[in-house]
Amino acid sequence: MSAITRADVEHLGRLARLNLTPEEIDNFAGQLDVILASVARISEVAAHDIPPTSHPIPVENVYREDVVRPGLLRADVAAGAPAWEDDRFRVPRILGEA
Amino acid sequence: MGDLMGHDLTRQSASTLADAISQGEVSAEEVTKAHLERIAEVDPRVHAFLYVDSDDALAAAKGVDAKRARGDRLGALAGVPLALKDILTMKGVPTTCGSKILEGWRPPYDSHVVERLRTSDIVILGKTNMDEFAMGSSTEHSAYGPTRNPWDLERIPGGSGGGSSAAIAAFEAPLAIGTDTGGSIRQPAAVTGTVGVKPTYGGVSRYGLVALASSLDQAGPCARNVLDTALLHAAIAGHDPRDSTSINAAVPDVVGAALNGDVRGMRIGLVRELSGAGYQAGVEQRFREAVELLEGLGAEVIEVSCPHFEYALGAYYLILPSEASSNLARFDGMRYGLRAGDDGSHSVEEVMAITREAGFGPEVKRRIMLGTYALSSGYYDAYYGQAQKIRTLITRDFDAAFTQVDVLISPTAPTTAFKIGEKVDDPIAMYLNDVATIPVNLAGNAAMSLPIGLAPEDGLPVGLQIIAPPMTDDRLYRVGSAVESALVDKWGQLLIEEAPAL
Amino acid sequence: MSAHADELMDYDQAVSLFDPVIGLETHVELGTNSKMFCSCPTEFGAEANTQICPVCVGLPGSMPVVNAVAVESTIRMGLALNCDIASWCRFARKNYFYPDMPKDYQISQYDEPLCTDGYLDVIVPTDDGPQVFRIEIERVHMEEDTGKLTHSGGDTGRIHGADYSLVDYNRAGIPLIEIVTKPIPGTGALAPVVARAYVAELRNLMRSLGVSNVRMEEGSLRCDVNVSLAKPGEPWGTRSETKNVNSLRSVERAVHSEIERQSALLTSGGRVIQETRHFHEDTGRSTSGRSKEQAEDYRYFPEPDLVPVAPSLEWIEQLRASLPEAPAAKRARLQESWGITDFEMQTLVNTDALDVIEETVAAGVEQSAARKWWMGEFARSAKEQGIELSQLRVRPADIVRVEALIGEGALTDKMARQVFEGVLAGEGDVDSVIAQRGLVVVSDDTSLLAAIDEALAAQPDVAEKIASGKVQAAGAIVGAVMKATQGQADAAKVRALLLEKLGVSE
Repeated sequence: MSAITRADVEHLGRLARLNLTPEEIDNFAGQLDVILASVARISEVAAHDIPPTSHPIPVENVYREDVVRPGLLRADVAAGAPAWEDDRFRVPRILGEA
Repeated sequence: MGDLMGHDLTRQSASTLADAISQGEVSAEEVTKAHLERIAEVDPRVHAFLYVDSDDALAAAKGVDAKRARGDRLGALAGVPLALKDILTMKGVPTTCGSKILEGWRPPYDSHVVERLRTSDIVILGKTNMDEFAMGSSTEHSAYGPTRNPWDLERIPGGSGGGSSAAIAAFEAPLAIGTDTGGSIRQPAAVTGTVGVKPTYGGVSRYGLVALASSLDQAGPCARNVLDTALLHAAIAGHDPRDSTSINAAVPDVVGAALNGDVRGMRIGLVRELSGAGYQAGVEQRFREAVELLEGLGAEVIEVSCPHFEYALGAYYLILPSEASSNLARFDGMRYGLRAGDDGSHSVEEVMAITREAGFGPEVKRRIMLGTYALSSGYYDAYYGQAQKIRTLITRDFDAAFTQVDVLISPTAPTTAFKIGEKVDDPIAMYLNDVATIPVNLAGNAAMSLPIGLAPEDGLPVGLQIIAPPMTDDRLYRVGSAVESALVDKWGQLLIEEAPAL
Repeated sequence: MSAHADELMDYDQAVSLFDPVIGLETHVELGTNSKMFCSCPTEFGAEANTQICPVCVGLPGSMPVVNAVAVESTIRMGLALNCDIASWCRFARKNYFYPDMPKDYQISQYDEPLCTDGYLDVIVPTDDGPQVFRIEIERVHMEEDTGKLTHSGGDTGRIHGADYSLVDYNRAGIPLIEIVTKPIPGTGALAPVVARAYVAELRNLMRSLGVSNVRMEEGSLRCDVNVSLAKPGEPWGTRSETKNVNSLRSVERAVHSEIERQSALLTSGGRVIQETRHFHEDTGRSTSGRSKEQAEDYRYFPEPDLVPVAPSLEWIEQLRASLPEAPAAKRARLQESWGITDFEMQTLVNTDALDVIEETVAAGVEQSAARKWWMGEFARSAKEQGIELSQLRVRPADIVRVEALIGEGALTDKMARQVFEGVLAGEGDVDSVIAQRGLVVVSDDTSLLAAIDEALAAQPDVAEKIASGKVQAAGAIVGAVMKATQGQADAAKVRALLLEKLGVSE
């Protein structure tokens, strides 16, 4: 379990779509390192034959019938949108190059 | 219940108010008005609410009065006001989750909990403050400023649901809804001298509950006494086909259990790992007294060991950030909420990153990065994968313990309410507040926090945590009610009555 | 788009130097009524953002619930592809940010697909007769579709150079199944044809199962095509992945041009890089996708909002028992029963006419008549309208009716075409078209004889020839009568009456 570098933090910021200031990168590098060091104790437990738990209560096969039900009014969704045009969500251009 | 004329309506229990309203001794409108006035009076100092919906609350209250006048059947809590944690959607009412990224967003739909509250004729007063996206144990991580503990305005009311606990403790509402991912109902209840229950995972639908960690989150009831908590629990619990993890079975009879508090012949386990180092002396003292009280009431208390609990905090702080990093991805400024940096010069990727930088606070960013790291390729097995195995071991510890005992007990939180600002910059110190509550969320059990006295050293409330196996939530109420009755007999009133006037 | 065009090597030369290895990932929208995880409708072509709800717009607090029919359809497809069906599997979240994805993660399946390890045999015609290729299937899994982006501003409507984009989430959450093949070596020069035949057979299979109508023109089937080359006896090379190849023809062309591109690159001392390429329908060629600064890291983990899928053995066996006949088996059976050639069968398959013809035959029409109508008039009409045969207004029952009327002598062949013209144009069913257009066979002898008299009077020279025994001249009179009766007479009957009148015999 290696130390978290500034480069790691920058990479995580890109993956998580989070812009970070240089101060934040420094802070987070240190804090994540401390947190990871303290949670890393879990690796002490020999658990290779233990099944992982993804759901606390074991329930299986929950389905809905393939039936159409009314959804939302477009106007209600549009009202919450940061930008809206031609009945669609307007978003900035997709590629980085101009 | 007697005549409420001349009594302060805000000091009454929910069940008393509901009876009085149904008997016509007082109108729901009067009850709601009294609470709105109380909010106007004390909330500038407490800051429990992010939004108070006076018009809709009064309209709902008048609706209840009209139903009663028509002779319609009323719910058990009809007309009783409630404070709703700002993480549950309510159509047309701002839902911020304590975050700037959702400032001004009005959801176009009701959460399941809100639907159930409406059909129960409960009057929703407004939305309560919380740590941003429920990440925290003090409500200091709210983007809208901290909530203060009514016992001492310089101290935290717990978190993440500090707004809900403070609203109850400050007599701004007799009922509140909280959500509990690692203790966010129970720890605030403990430090404000109120009662809070995290139902069995899947006991209350999460539909419309803005997800922090989907496999841990659970909404539940908060009140000033055990019976009110049970009545609210019964109102919101039950199967909902819109939440695939909602349990499709009858809700345990929590109200019946609350009315029949009795621990005679019960076997109660004291968890060895949830005491000792890190637990404040006054907390341990009151806890020991509670154990003696239970024995005195006829329970058999034995010590049990849950050896993997010492790894619970580590597993939790990998699982929670991992799920949260994914759940919070959708806050990208494209469909709702804040959008920053969209000046025509930035691409969509950049606008997303600028929006998230501007909209999220430091604790949210910290956990998103931690979770992104724990799930990333090369680290998954060591972190997320291993944490899920620890989770299995913790569940097995509980299973083993529950072969010996009916319920488990521990202090809810290791300390009483700390000072605002004391731990806000020390994530590890903050995370340690949840050390006793977290194992329950990992395993999906039901648990309650109940006030058991004031710590001698600081005069602040201490909470007893009662833990039951999944789908036996009624046991919490049976034990909680017995303890509460015995303490009321001893003190002559509920602990909350000792809180200083605001 | 990259400015310079890639060098290509002549295809025959390329496949003489290299053995291609292909692989296909095919995404198909299932034909469910409602979406994968919510109850919104799935109709194509609805107004933007009118088929949405909190779940498929990814509103905070919303939660997915699995569509039972989507699971069933996936299992049926898995069984039809001879796959193993998992007794327990989970959905997983695939995390990446994109504005067409409402939650910024896609609910998919990762290391626990519902169906694994199957195969599909495809038949490809070669100079040496039909050749069978067994395509091994690695996995079939369920996931959700994304919303649809349109790019605005700039000049082209393309993503490049656009000022901004607009998002419609009607498509978001429509159930998809992804079918992934294992690498397919050993197809040699036939690689493009095999790829095409595989996708066509997948489509036939899905249609025969009724799990999807596979409207390719609506983008309901999309392929990612992997190609790598190897020198004979050497290990496989680096593969490229050409994305969003959306028609059978494009699948074939994409493999073809990628073989030409990679071989040119390899023989000129270059190397193939592992990359995503975009296929262009207009040129039939692909261009390199934007190189990614960082390798994608999707951070898959089990979807905590959904519980595991654990189909019981009983359910699986029940679904297996109810599978319809496989398309290949059905083709062999029908070919034998109809007594048609390989070529004729291949033509029916290529025209997508097999199912409707089979249905028509099953409804009671003689197979040659059924083939004649569907491959003739109807195929032309469908082609003109740019739709599929099954989308035409004409139904097998209409053909049954028309053939019966022809048999009774109530319709002539020419009139039958007019009837179908009316049916195809939406004028109603066979009988109402006949009534509206007044299509009645003139069979009463008196009026026919009057028309014959008129024609004989108009062409006395012809009348004389016939009377003198030159029977072959009768055609001119019959033609004139048919014209006079606007085709509503039975030509054979006219001829018989004519010869009788003139006292000659055939």
